[in-house]
Amino acid sequence: MRESHQSSAAALPRHAEDLLARGHRLVLVAAHVDQDGPRVVYLFASGPPDTRVELNVRLDPDRPEVPSLAHLSFAAGRFEREMRDLFGIVPRDHPLPRRLVRHFHWPRGWYPMRPDAGPPPAFGEQEGPYPFLEVEGDGVYEIPVGPVHAGLIEPGHFRFSVVGETILKLKARLWFVHKGIEKLFQGRSVAAGLPLAERISGDTAVGHALAYCLAVEEATGTEVPEEAQRARAMLLELERIHNHVADLGMLCNDVGHGILNAHAQRVREQLLRLNRDITGHRLLRGGVVPGGAALRALPDPARLKAIGADIREITGLALGHSTVRDRFTGTATLHTAAAREIGCLGYVARASGIADDARVTHPFTAYGEQFEVPVHDGGDVLARFLVRAEEIDVSLSLIEHFGDGLAAPMALLAPPPAPGAGPRSGVGLVEGWRGTIATRVELAPDATLTRVKPVDPSFFNWPALPVALADTIVPDFPLANKSFNLSYAGNDL
Amino acid sequence: MSAAVGYAAVAGQVVVVGAGAPLLTGWMRQVRARLEGRAGAGVLQPWRDTRKLLRKEPVTPVGTGPAFRAAPALLVATTVVAAALVPLLSTDTPVSSHADLIVVVSLIALGTLALALAGLDTGTAFGGMGASREMTVAALVEPTILLSVFALSIPAGTTNIPAIVTGAVHEPARLTSPAGLLATAALAVAVLAETGRIPVDNPSTHLELTMIHEAMVLEYAGPDLALVELGSQLRLTLLLGLLSSLFVPWGIATSASWAGLAVALVLFAAKLVLLGAVLAAAEVFWAKVRLFRVPELLAGSFLLAVLAVASSYFLSGAS
Repeated sequence: MRESHQSSAAALPRHAEDLLARGHRLVLVAAHVDQDGPRVVYLFASGPPDTRVELNVRLDPDRPEVPSLAHLSFAAGRFEREMRDLFGIVPRDHPLPRRLVRHFHWPRGWYPMRPDAGPPPAFGEQEGPYPFLEVEGDGVYEIPVGPVHAGLIEPGHFRFSVVGETILKLKARLWFVHKGIEKLFQGRSVAAGLPLAERISGDTAVGHALAYCLAVEEATGTEVPEEAQRARAMLLELERIHNHVADLGMLCNDVGHGILNAHAQRVREQLLRLNRDITGHRLLRGGVVPGGAALRALPDPARLKAIGADIREITGLALGHSTVRDRFTGTATLHTAAAREIGCLGYVARASGIADDARVTHPFTAYGEQFEVPVHDGGDVLARFLVRAEEIDVSLSLIEHFGDGLAAPMALLAPPPAPGAGPRSGVGLVEGWRGTIATRVELAPDATLTRVKPVDPSFFNWPALPVALADTIVPDFPLANKSFNLSYAGNDL
Repeated sequence: MSAAVGYAAVAGQVVVVGAGAPLLTGWMRQVRARLEGRAGAGVLQPWRDTRKLLRKEPVTPVGTGPAFRAAPALLVATTVVAAALVPLLSTDTPVSSHADLIVVVSLIALGTLALALAGLDTGTAFGGMGASREMTVAALVEPTILLSVFALSIPAGTTNIPAIVTGAVHEPARLTSPAGLLATAALAVAVLAETGRIPVDNPSTHLELTMIHEAMVLEYAGPDLALVELGSQLRLTLLLGLLSSLFVPWGIATSASWAGLAVALVLFAAKLVLLGAVLAAAEVFWAKVRLFRVPELLAGSFLLAVLAVASSYFLSGAS
């Protein structure tokens, strides 16, 4: 159930503190510009039982300011910086009032998410200096890497301050791929919003599409048939395994053990072809649609079993190789306390001993009795490898569980909702393969989208990478980075 | 007559190493690809890459000096001279009296040093990082190569490599002695490190931060890059050739005869193909060790070399 409350700006920190103390986490902060001025929605959630609480704060149009919640929640501080960069809403008393999304060349005073922003202007007067923190000392030097890298990876600039080979400090500067997705959603019909949601982060087509659809369905009061929900849950797990198996292979490749990567990519290719049979698209686009799900075929349980055995052999060989295991063990350790403080999600959190999973806390369909979330508490590359290897097994049994009783081809759609039914706003919480994806949607009376705010788990997890890398050596950075495998595109909408 | 055969042997060594080095690299990549279940690019791919790079216009980064420009030529030149000196095909050549162990190791070290200076000359973080790592490795590898060949030179009573090889051909028991076996192991590890193979360096990685050798040469492009690539392929071939000459010397011509030279040529190619395949196959099963473990590995091989010298000295002294 979702509760929605109005709050004054002044009372916001008190309400937020109360909710956080009751075990909720801050899921999402979305700014809006309504007819009568700016409004900020703070969404908190906890579970089980699935509880979602919203605080709506209306702001003075002439002085859009909110009291900062950064001292209560690290993630809130980042949401506030994002909001200031895109909407010009100022967080008062923010401990780190630096820009986050805005790059150096964005013109001063231009806030792209405001309704009157217009098309992007030419690069203008720069908004002050944009320095990196300099580490000084005997023998300290800097290694700048990126944003263009040697491999086929997304753009990000990393600035290492190093003594010898040991990383003293890493500063990651991301936000090179701002596409204005949130703005592109505005004014689209619900159906036209789906392709956009599927492309927020290409490897998370199902996760983002599902979060978007769940939000839209809540907003319109649509009752999705149970079978369609099961089909969606199955697609979600199919997406998890093809991503996990690819990353497990690449982790082996990064320590120079290429043969396991070759075989992991072979298995991934089999899964992608299976995906094409099931939804008509290798990355599972088109399977989840607003109001239901569409399947062309069902995965063959015997084939999935064979793939599962194949993957277990690959992970077994990796973990049994003394050099590979040595490279994984103790590398880039993220301690539980740090992961909790930062608000990490997904396998990054679960490898650091935090057993959070939206499939348990916010289930959209029954996951069955046997469903258990693998958790490790080492916090190192090995723990993240193990969590993901074990998640593949869980996912395979879930696919079997959900596929049982489904028929294909199927295209199950809910009856179209009565126009104007539902609360006109909705939230979708989905455990994508990287972690919990949250999407909040608001609809106009004519059922077009007025505001869609997706949050990829990468937004929460990126700050954990530099923390985990303290005292790691430079040549281990690619391995550590791959073990987190955070999305640049999903982070920078 | 014998002088002509000798000159032909020297020319043959240079040509075989020069033309064969890219093929050896291509062969090793192909073996590895097949073992990993991939199709592979074919044995000729390194030659195709070289041809492509040679056709490109030369580009040098702003601010680089003579060290950067001279390094590729120096690297190839030192390796070619060493290839002429080392008895790969024949021990009886006009230059064999100059083929001293210390000269050959110094030539190899000179090439390494030239590249490290070029890496520093670019002024980029990667060049400096790669140079620093390469020098750390080189500082441990060069003494190991010296010591392990030195262990073999004690029974021969000279540091002249052709003399060592001739001695081993006539008296194979030297190779199966404890000193010979220890020296083989030490030199094999040193060759892996010197040529930047797994488990020390990963020649096929695209991850800048993990590179050793590749990090130094990141700024090279076009014909210069072709020379640098050719240089490292030549070094691999030369060092594997040295390894095979020292430890499986059979077939190398010890007198000046055309027939002996032809046999030596065929056997040399066969030995390198086999050695390359073994190395490539071994690499499939290995992984790259953590950078801070590399000195441990190299210190281990240095220790083997010291033991080889000690046992060679004491055992041959006792007999």
